[in-house]
Amino acid sequence: MTLKHTAFHPIHSRLDAKLIPFAGYEMPVQYAGIIEEHRRVRQTVGLFDVSHMGEVEVRGADALDFVQRITVNDASRLTPGKIQYSAMCYDDAGIVDDLLVYRFEDSFLLVVNASNIEKDLAWMRSHLSGNVTLTDKSDATSLLAVQGPKSLDTLRKLSDADLTSLEYYTFLQGKIVGVPMTISRTGYTGELGFEMYFSSDPSTGTKVWDAIMEAGKEYSISPAGLGARDTLRLEMGFCLYGNDIDKTTNPLEAGLHWLTKLGKAQFCGRDALIRVKETGLKRKLVGFMFENKAFPRQGYTIWCNGNQSGVVTSGTFSPSLEKGIGMGYVPIEFSQPGSVIHVSIRNKQIPATVVKLPFLKK
Amino acid sequence: MNFPDNLKYTKDHEWILIEGDTGTVGITDYAQGELGDIVFVELPENGKVLGQGDSFGSIEAVKAVSDLYAPVSGSIIDSNKNLEKEAEVVNKDPYGNGWMIKLKMTKTEELSSLLDADSYRALVGQ
Repeated sequence: MTLKHTAFHPIHSRLDAKLIPFAGYEMPVQYAGIIEEHRRVRQTVGLFDVSHMGEVEVRGADALDFVQRITVNDASRLTPGKIQYSAMCYDDAGIVDDLLVYRFEDSFLLVVNASNIEKDLAWMRSHLSGNVTLTDKSDATSLLAVQGPKSLDTLRKLSDADLTSLEYYTFLQGKIVGVPMTISRTGYTGELGFEMYFSSDPSTGTKVWDAIMEAGKEYSISPAGLGARDTLRLEMGFCLYGNDIDKTTNPLEAGLHWLTKLGKAQFCGRDALIRVKETGLKRKLVGFMFENKAFPRQGYTIWCNGNQSGVVTSGTFSPSLEKGIGMGYVPIEFSQPGSVIHVSIRNKQIPATVVKLPFLKK
Repeated sequence: MNFPDNLKYTKDHEWILIEGDTGTVGITDYAQGELGDIVFVELPENGKVLGQGDSFGSIEAVKAVSDLYAPVSGSIIDSNKNLEKEAEVVNKDPYGNGWMIKLKMTKTEELSSLLDADSYRALVGQ
């Protein structure tokens, strides 16, 4: 299979990024190094190419009904300019994907995981009814994320748009260096940050990238790759589809109960989710941390009271805490912060403590 | 990328410096680059006896863990304690301060199975 390239691929190559196959794309995993990029985002500002993400536009008189039916959060609460974190579930409550729902005046934009675009589209199409048109905008859209405490100061130099008063999980239509785009105050890092959706035309992309890098120079802006994106999101305890959530997990046990609105009208997975809630959770996704130099990796087994109870769904060295951190599903009786579990690391059972998420308290 | 001529190399990306019957072992410049930021190196106690190809420890980078393998048979006579505190030295100076263990070699004939710098360079396509 030929790997797809984003509009910024020539820039990544020029910067000598380490490129890896990811979700059908060749993407930068790191430039200078994961730890340095991670710290740059926590301390000042970093620039991510996340154009591999999928964007699906929903239009038509019945667009709201459709979004309500396929997502677990309550999209009727959205007014134009607002965004919602949500999930799509199968009838058995397993997760199809997690996503962002952008509410425009006369349409919705669903931002989905790159690795799920085809699957999501097929599933959405199988649930179409009424006057609804779905358009896959993924290939036509570039997506850059500017993240870090100096992200606002960086972007403010390049735009007349009122970014300063843009609230968390809202967006506006504006221009950066004259390029029209959708700018939202969102991100996957836990820092102040913005995501920008615009034309995937390569010269437009280069213009925006170069302008941001120039504007961020005084804050020592650094491009940041998928490696730092993963360590940053994991320190915040954010789920990654394919690791921490998938079709075998439901939003309630994954700690996503806050976005699962069982009280709204019928939606895919609702009956099963109500049954899960009534029966009570048997397991829960938790974060855990090691005191000594031990680092959990995806797939390592988790042991509770001498029984293998699950696997590490995400694990890494935390550059901020300088400790091993991980997430995984444990029996409900081990899910309270302070519970001690064991992770099998290279044939040794290493104790870990369940902690309240996020790992990084800000 | 640097592959000193005075070292021997393994296909698993270790190097060994031979001085008499002592071998000093580390990982190559190529290996540290592929691993990325190294955050922890687990090394064995002195006296541990290893066969050629045996795992003698592990190396943790931010995103991955790898085994370390003995290039030749021998017993451990020293390990680089400084790496416990400053594992990133392996990234900065893989052939110098990033050394990992010293072995008293027991089967010097095994050295002929190792790669020279040119063969290793070819192996990693540099």
